Amino acid sequence: MLKPIVTAKNLTKTYGNIQAVKNIDFVIFPGQCFGILGPNGAGKTTTVAMLYCFLPLTTGKLEVLGMDVTRDQREIKKRLGIVPQENNLDQELTVIENLIIYAGYFDIKKSAAEKKALALLDFFNLMEKKDVDVEFLSGGMKRRLALARGLINSPEMLILDEPTTGLDPEARHIIWQHLRLLKQQGLTIVLTTHYLEEASQLCDQLFIIDQGVIIERGAPQELVEKHIGKSVVELELPVEKQQQVLENLRPEINGHQLLGSTLFLYINDEGRNLAGKLKQHPFISYQLQRPANLEDVFLKLTGKGLLNHE
Amino acid sequence: MNRWAIKVLWRNMVVFKKTWLTNMTFYFIEPLLYLSAMGLGLGAFIGEINGTSYIRFIAPGIIASSAMWSASSESTYGSFVKMHYQKIYHAMVAAPLYIEEVVAGEILYAVFKAVIYGSIILLVITAFGLVSSAWALLTPFVLVLAGFVFALLGMIWTGLVPKIDSFSFFFTLVITPMFLFSGVFSPIDPFPGFVQAAAWFLPLYHVVVLLRSLASGDVGLFLLVHAGVLVLSIILLYPFPQRFMKKRLGL
Repeated sequence: MLKPIVTAKNLTKTYGNIQAVKNIDFVIFPGQCFGILGPNGAGKTTTVAMLYCFLPLTTGKLEVLGMDVTRDQREIKKRLGIVPQENNLDQELTVIENLIIYAGYFDIKKSAAEKKALALLDFFNLMEKKDVDVEFLSGGMKRRLALARGLINSPEMLILDEPTTGLDPEARHIIWQHLRLLKQQGLTIVLTTHYLEEASQLCDQLFIIDQGVIIERGAPQELVEKHIGKSVVELELPVEKQQQVLENLRPEINGHQLLGSTLFLYINDEGRNLAGKLKQHPFISYQLQRPANLEDVFLKLTGKGLLNHE
Repeated sequence: MNRWAIKVLWRNMVVFKKTWLTNMTFYFIEPLLYLSAMGLGLGAFIGEINGTSYIRFIAPGIIASSAMWSASSESTYGSFVKMHYQKIYHAMVAAPLYIEEVVAGEILYAVFKAVIYGSIILLVITAFGLVSSAWALLTPFVLVLAGFVFALLGMIWTGLVPKIDSFSFFFTLVITPMFLFSGVFSPIDPFPGFVQAAAWFLPLYHVVVLLRSLASGDVGLFLLVHAGVLVLSIILLYPFPQRFMKKRLGL
């Protein structure tokens, strides 16, 4: 049995009167890509900021790399890589200077830092930008540089806070490719995200957090199968007809969820019987059958969507 | 204040190496404008103060005020941009640094600037023949004290203010009055008694007395009292910027 790399027990964080994280427990094992999924303001950033010894805990116990975060902060931070949500690169320095200066904070000698920095620039395809000031990089390049900076100390665990928020789809896929390579190399990765696709593509294990509480945990595919099934049929129909349609379709479905005028039906087969029955309801203005995903899990568990949630 | 704080200073020096020319020009030209406009223009009407020509009288004061302006703007506008807009403090604290060390490094950098800019003015006024004593070689030590006092005052403000605009209060209510009432442009004797007493609470006053005495060679043990006031201010102010910044960032 592997020893956990992170153990959190009854972890709570309070800002004034607001409880951002409420009494949560979780364990992360080495080599895992571990996801923290939730809407904006759910407590994701607060949770990881406690992991990397940035924010102090209000109550609870948190061990990272076998050390207590309230005591051995410098030792823990030396062995972690952090990629924060907001780019905080040194705007006035060049790409390579950013890496070398940051390496200095880890007591890495300049020659070793240079060697490591060049290897990382090569890995992240930033070599030709080596001597360019950071302010002239594109958003995707800045993110890659932030990732490279997070790896400058060869960390045992990489913590990414919303690694692709604000990036265009192409840049996002490039980041994912790099993260998959790092994962294959055995690096432990913790990432927060509100993109269900990101979580399902990358994470082995995750928990879903909402309003500071963990509402479900497990492997992404298991969660989808457990709560939803195979596919989801989305229907758009007048609110007053919803009950009538539901009664009629109930034998064919595993479950359902309502969100405004959209009805989500969860099914475990190919949906042939359902398709036949749907034809009886001409007032359905839109219908779509698609594979079930994590967002459906989130919607079912919280009764609200993941992205456009206040 | 330890070797980790030096890393923060070093980071700032690397940035400084790239921008020193622009920076320097700004902090260099302005004091020279004051020196020439007041010293030559106003000086022509004033004649002498206590047997010294007016330009010679104000020149050391210009060194002092230059150190004050550079340390206090670095520790306010400069630090606020790094802390609030660029999130550099966040990046450093996510690395193996503590916020106290980051703040200490920032203060050291403001001190460095005060020493550099003040010393350049010293070189210039020496070249113009406005310095008459070798005691002026001690100027950089006084600039270190001045740098610390104004960097600490600036950082306290940076740890407290909600927005970057709020610094104008600091400069209008603290720095500018200090610039005008600390004896840079005239002895403080003509001011009413309470202003003269108040001057003792203005760090710049002590810096001006020290630098003026060193430049003229009129030295004595009384200078240790002025230096002592500065040292005491540094000791009293030192804990506050770290405490406020820690609270501000929720660390």
